[in-house]
Amino acid sequence: MKRSRLSLGFSLLSMSGLSIFFIFPLVFMVMSSFKSNDSLLQDVSSVRAFLPVGHLSLDNYWEVFNRVPFGRFLFNSLFVSTATVVLGLFLNSMIGFAIAKMEWRGKKMVLSIILALLILPFDVLAIPMLYLAAKLPWFSFTGGFHFTQGWFNSYQIQILPFAASAFSIFLFVQYFKGLPKELDEAALVDGASWFRIYRSIAVPLSGPVFGTVAILTFLPMWNMYLWPAITIQDEKYRSIMLGLQYFYVNFGTSWGQIMAYLTLLTIPIVILFLSMQRFFVTSVASSGIKG
Amino acid sequence: MLQSNVVTHRKKKETRAAWLLSLPAVLLILLFSIVPIFLALTLGFTDARLVSPEPAKSVGFSNFKTILGIGVLTLKAERDDSGAIKIDEKNNVVYESLRNYTKINSESPRFRSKSELFRFGENRKAGTVKVVLAGDPLFWKSLKNTLFFALIVVPVQGGFGLLLALMVNQKLRGRNFFRTVYFIPALTSMVVVSMLWTFIYQKNGLLNTIIKQVMPGFQSFAWLENPKTTMPAIIVLSIWQAVGFHMIIWLGGLQTIPAELYEAATVDGAGFRKQFRYVTIPGLRHTFVFVLVTITIAALGLFTQIAIITQGGPLDSTTTLVYQVVLNGYAKQQIGYASAFSFVFFALVLLISLIQRSATKRLDQ
Repeated sequence: MKRSRLSLGFSLLSMSGLSIFFIFPLVFMVMSSFKSNDSLLQDVSSVRAFLPVGHLSLDNYWEVFNRVPFGRFLFNSLFVSTATVVLGLFLNSMIGFAIAKMEWRGKKMVLSIILALLILPFDVLAIPMLYLAAKLPWFSFTGGFHFTQGWFNSYQIQILPFAASAFSIFLFVQYFKGLPKELDEAALVDGASWFRIYRSIAVPLSGPVFGTVAILTFLPMWNMYLWPAITIQDEKYRSIMLGLQYFYVNFGTSWGQIMAYLTLLTIPIVILFLSMQRFFVTSVASSGIKG
Repeated sequence: MLQSNVVTHRKKKETRAAWLLSLPAVLLILLFSIVPIFLALTLGFTDARLVSPEPAKSVGFSNFKTILGIGVLTLKAERDDSGAIKIDEKNNVVYESLRNYTKINSESPRFRSKSELFRFGENRKAGTVKVVLAGDPLFWKSLKNTLFFALIVVPVQGGFGLLLALMVNQKLRGRNFFRTVYFIPALTSMVVVSMLWTFIYQKNGLLNTIIKQVMPGFQSFAWLENPKTTMPAIIVLSIWQAVGFHMIIWLGGLQTIPAELYEAATVDGAGFRKQFRYVTIPGLRHTFVFVLVTITIAALGLFTQIAIITQGGPLDSTTTLVYQVVLNGYAKQQIGYASAFSFVFFALVLLISLIQRSATKRLDQ
């Protein structure tokens, strides 16, 4: 498409303006996290709010580490998100393979249930799941092996409900369908088992879709709020997002600390994104295709 | 004969292998999607509580009746001894008390335990006013707020996302930088975004500062304390957070359109507008359906922003369906009522999806 210089200039100008719109709250967040509460509130009335000016220190960060067991929360969030991703990659790719590549009784039913679940928002199920979680059995080894009731305050309540995902399965099915049929036919003739075809042919050829599913699982898990907020009270299992609740108590009096905590919540994911940006963008983009 | 035996044997083996591969996911979906759906429906007919020494009792349709129940009542004005309509000091007509109709031993069972939703059709001469009563006014308020939110967010976020995608799809220097910047809010948790924007919208917050730079005489305004501005404020931050994600989705769609189509259109003398109309738009129809459905579902589930920023206020102007579900089920621990509420919400989501699906069916082929 040919374009005039004028329209190009206009484009660049409006794109830069939009950049400010998208970035100013985050710049403000990071800058404020180094300022004392008083100077932060003073700076708000001028452009200083976005600049690293005045007395800057790491005090807010030290206070945050004093107030909450940050390392524990960070570990919990990383553990829960990573475990869900790993488990999800296994489960969803296996069923995705079976649906895309194999002929079996019951496939139509399973597939139609999965397609129906695509439009079901999790929030709809939160309350009945809360009830279910109170009744589910688990086991414990403390004081000899025995069964316990209720999944509140645990890791499994944050992981297992999200491991199998209709959307991830759907992405795997779409991808596996695109792999050439001749490959698995040849392997079958050679006497390979279906599991072996999945493991040695389908999986090695499917790096991109595994990456896409990993990212699209990790991000919402890391950012999840509603479900852990209603199932976790015990500090031992709290996620980093829930840790924010510690700062509501004197809401408005410790904005500097809140900004420091928000920065700590955001930085890991932004670094992760910037380090694998190209891949991230292709992954998200590909999730909408063939929708 | 032998041949067909081999075939059936192979088919059986394939079915067994397929089920083995599917089993872990199928079991988890059964436990955490199918069972909760049935629980939502069955618990909705009970008075189940989260922790209760007594087992849940069936209450029939009463939860659903409370949620959906609505009635219209005509109130009469009070009159003084001469029969004239009583007027208070603010020149408003004084009406008889609603309590007579809504109290638990009221003579009209239709109005029992209902509360006022709104009044309309006042006739000052005759001394009557109509009152709409609801079993749970918060259901109707949250329904209205949720639909309003979705009605604005779906087209604006979808359209804005497409505009951004078209911008960063141009061949110009720095487009990767712009893609990154527009996408970063989408990486930021809604929890973080909500806290940040709470500060921005405060009376002594950033938004007022920015407006004052442009209009020096502007009086600081508490954006989150006025029922008229709070929902629009929530809408802005929600779009700010999520639009980058949909920009990338649109971008993916744009990049699947073969460059040859644009070249052919250029050869045929089509300008930018015509190319957009006849190449870009048809090429994006699958993406359009995907964006429409994902934004709609996310918008109808509006919760985190509300829980963190407004708790439904001011004056219930931002309460939403999911917020009410969580309030009833978690804060008040009324699982039975909240399950019925969830089910009504689910029916609504399903209805909207079906409408969207049939409306976009012709596009998505």
